[in-house]
Amino acid sequence: MSAAIDAALEPTDAWTRIRAGRTVPVLTFVVAILIVWYVAAILANGPATRMALANANPPPTPIQYVLATWAQQRPIVPAPHQIVVDFFNSTFIANPTTNRSLVYHAWATLAPTLLGFAIGTLLGVLLAAAIVHVRSLDKSLMPWIIASQTVPILAIAPMIIVVLGSIGLTGVLPKAVISTYLSFFPVTVGMVKGFRSPLPIHLDLMRTYSATRWQVFWALRFPAAVPFLFISMRIAIAASLVGAIVGELPTGAPAGLGMRMLGGSYYGQTIIIWSALFAAAIVAAALVGLVGLADRLVARRMGGRT
Amino acid sequence: MALSDVNLDIEQGEFVSFIGPSGCGKTTFLRVIADLEQPTSGSISVNGLAPDAARKARSYGYVFQAPALFPWRTIEKNVALPLEIMGYNEADRKARIARTMELVNLTGFERKFPWQLSGGMQQRASIARALAFDADLLLMDEPFGALDEIVRDHLNSELLKLFAATKKTIAFVTHSIPEAVYLSTKIIVMSPRPGRVTDIIQSTLPAERPLDIRETPEFLEIAHRVREGLRAGHSYED
Repeated sequence: MSAAIDAALEPTDAWTRIRAGRTVPVLTFVVAILIVWYVAAILANGPATRMALANANPPPTPIQYVLATWAQQRPIVPAPHQIVVDFFNSTFIANPTTNRSLVYHAWATLAPTLLGFAIGTLLGVLLAAAIVHVRSLDKSLMPWIIASQTVPILAIAPMIIVVLGSIGLTGVLPKAVISTYLSFFPVTVGMVKGFRSPLPIHLDLMRTYSATRWQVFWALRFPAAVPFLFISMRIAIAASLVGAIVGELPTGAPAGLGMRMLGGSYYGQTIIIWSALFAAAIVAAALVGLVGLADRLVARRMGGRT
Repeated sequence: MALSDVNLDIEQGEFVSFIGPSGCGKTTFLRVIADLEQPTSGSISVNGLAPDAARKARSYGYVFQAPALFPWRTIEKNVALPLEIMGYNEADRKARIARTMELVNLTGFERKFPWQLSGGMQQRASIARALAFDADLLLMDEPFGALDEIVRDHLNSELLKLFAATKKTIAFVTHSIPEAVYLSTKIIVMSPRPGRVTDIIQSTLPAERPLDIRETPEFLEIAHRVREGLRAGHSYED
């Protein structure tokens, strides 16, 4: 007991904190993945490399052979450093106003992601509010909402693009619609739970004031649901990004991360596919991080303990 | 059935305690008065109104067993809640918050969030919230049941001062005999299965009650009579 208190009171240096935190486990895992990846690259690119080096004279040493598998132009599995180099070049070196730049493509995907996320969140909150207040909607609407998510988005996306295209809507909006389709669902489900989360004693209290349903909603149900809203939005914003990327695939959109991946796969440019994939992952992490930041700011204003 | 054959009147300006073991229906009775629960039969009138009409006329303030403060509102915003709902204007709200916060000795804690206050202070804030609007009747359901005895003694004497200062009618549910005797002008002794009234005691204690009144023979005599009432209702048996 007292030893534990002493340990807690002892000033901790950086090294102790690093060992106690998540840094070491995370780094260990990253190193393990990199090892597996490099080995996989040797194995997967072996046949092509052997073919390329078949007539080499003198025959390659084992080390030359391994290095060659990691330096293919169109590898089946590109080595991590190849992806890093391509990512760096197309993010920081390429002119961001041209389609050689990942920044250019990321923006083309980000705009419909954010628009779809905003519409999806609003739609999700409205649906949840309706479901909580109208008993028949709870029974009639909820099964349809769940069914909507069992339909593969890849099957629906082309139809949405084509139908909206036929009435002259192209560009950001059709992609945003697909993002909305994916992002309203977690918000609806989360907010139904959130709007129902007030304690019975709080509902009784509002009843003693003869509060209207409108007042109960704004003074009690909505603030009680705010933590649920942020959890839902974290899922929704990642789903929005997936929706925007999927929305680029069927149309041959002029720009976007999905477009970049598709282009890479047409020409067997695996390195380009992978660096676009990493760009998408970084954008997703940044978006989820931003929602988390907003969550913390709002929680502090609403009396959170941190 | 939780309650049967309960007949009683509560006069304006009385402090009435309902005492009895768990399951005697004292909380149910309070909730029926507050229109939080419907009686299967019988009639109740609050200020001459049926309970639902009395609730809609906002004629009572209710203090629950738990403080039931909204964790996302500061203390002053919690006290402001009924005022916002009932449409009091901004200036009036400010004045009422200041007055009731002072009444329960919480001045200086307006901007704190509930978790930053002790359990006793939270319950005081919930009393302030029930006093903030114009209701003559205060319904209190074991408001100090979850607090330790030292805090409880303190809040009991504060509640008496509050009762004297505000001239409200108070209906108070408790299962503490000293608490009931110390606070009340009238004590309703209840017993379980089925819930019923076994005794109604008019207190002979003076209005001015220091905490050490609880050692006077007069006090002990009333406490004894309460205990007798509970025994008559088989409240001490399993």
